[in-house]
Amino acid sequence: MHSEDHNQDHDHPHDHGREHDHPHEEISITEAPGYYDVMETAVRELLVERKLFGPDEIRRQIEVLDSRTPALGAKVVARAWVDGDFRKRLLEDGRKGCEELGITFYDDTQLIVLENTPDTHNLIVCTLCSCYPRPVLGLPPDWYKLKPYRSRAVYEPRAVLEEFGTHIPNDVEIVVSDSTALVRYLVLPMRPAGTENLTEEELASLVTRDAMIGVVPVNYQKRAA
Amino acid sequence: MTSQSIAETVVPALGEVPIFVVGERVRTGTRFPVGHYRLPTYLRGKLGVVERVIPTMAVDNEEEGYGRNAGSKGHYYRIAIPMSEIWTDYKGQASDGLRIEVFENWLERI
Repeated sequence: MHSEDHNQDHDHPHDHGREHDHPHEEISITEAPGYYDVMETAVRELLVERKLFGPDEIRRQIEVLDSRTPALGAKVVARAWVDGDFRKRLLEDGRKGCEELGITFYDDTQLIVLENTPDTHNLIVCTLCSCYPRPVLGLPPDWYKLKPYRSRAVYEPRAVLEEFGTHIPNDVEIVVSDSTALVRYLVLPMRPAGTENLTEEELASLVTRDAMIGVVPVNYQKRAA
Repeated sequence: MTSQSIAETVVPALGEVPIFVVGERVRTGTRFPVGHYRLPTYLRGKLGVVERVIPTMAVDNEEEGYGRNAGSKGHYYRIAIPMSEIWTDYKGQASDGLRIEVFENWLERI
């Protein structure tokens, strides 16, 4: 993309804080498609041509993926914090637990929810590619898909966590789960202290994507009265 | 009939009962076929313990990937492997460990 600075809709008047007289770059793809772009297009067109699926199914699946964000995972975590029975069911079968809350699994994967405790810290990675609990978290961050994280998370997890600002004391066991086949993982972080009076919704707003991957804890700082 | 006695009358299909049980010690396979395989090479030939049996049977996605599977299913197992078993120079606590789901045909009983 060449148009990062000009991606607003310019049909309406607005204020850039200065005289708006510079020419606009056209929003278009000007680079030639790469090898994998061409291959993806070719395979997609062949599949459509042979009626294995239609263009609307592709569009629909993109909509499905776009509807998944870390806010879903945060709701699951908050529910587990406030409802002990739900937490138990979620830890027994992560997929069924999420489905209870209406989060569907469209991709035949199973989900194991890994509970962080004062004795155990969980971290998730996919060393082979980018397996990620997409039904509950959406798309993975770029660093999750890149080789430095993928190779180092299983070799020196404590050093990787330190780089995220997370210090795990020596008496806490680190468990790294490598998702490679049909099972995906979601970390159930520890509920931070001082949150006893928060509502489920307020609790969910504290839970971040990175906490559910296991690279940071969930933090809570009381607002000054 | 209680659920226990019902279960006694049901004959499971071949392969339906998991081969390994929780707590069993296993070794991951040491073969190195060329292609798309889901047991990472850094975890081949390692000693571990079955921590969990994944209840839902699934296709062998390696065979499936090559169009040779014909839909047959098997079990995946969550295997616990100590970091010190994987890396001789591991810097961390002795209790630190790795977990991975492994399809039954990559596991050997020891």
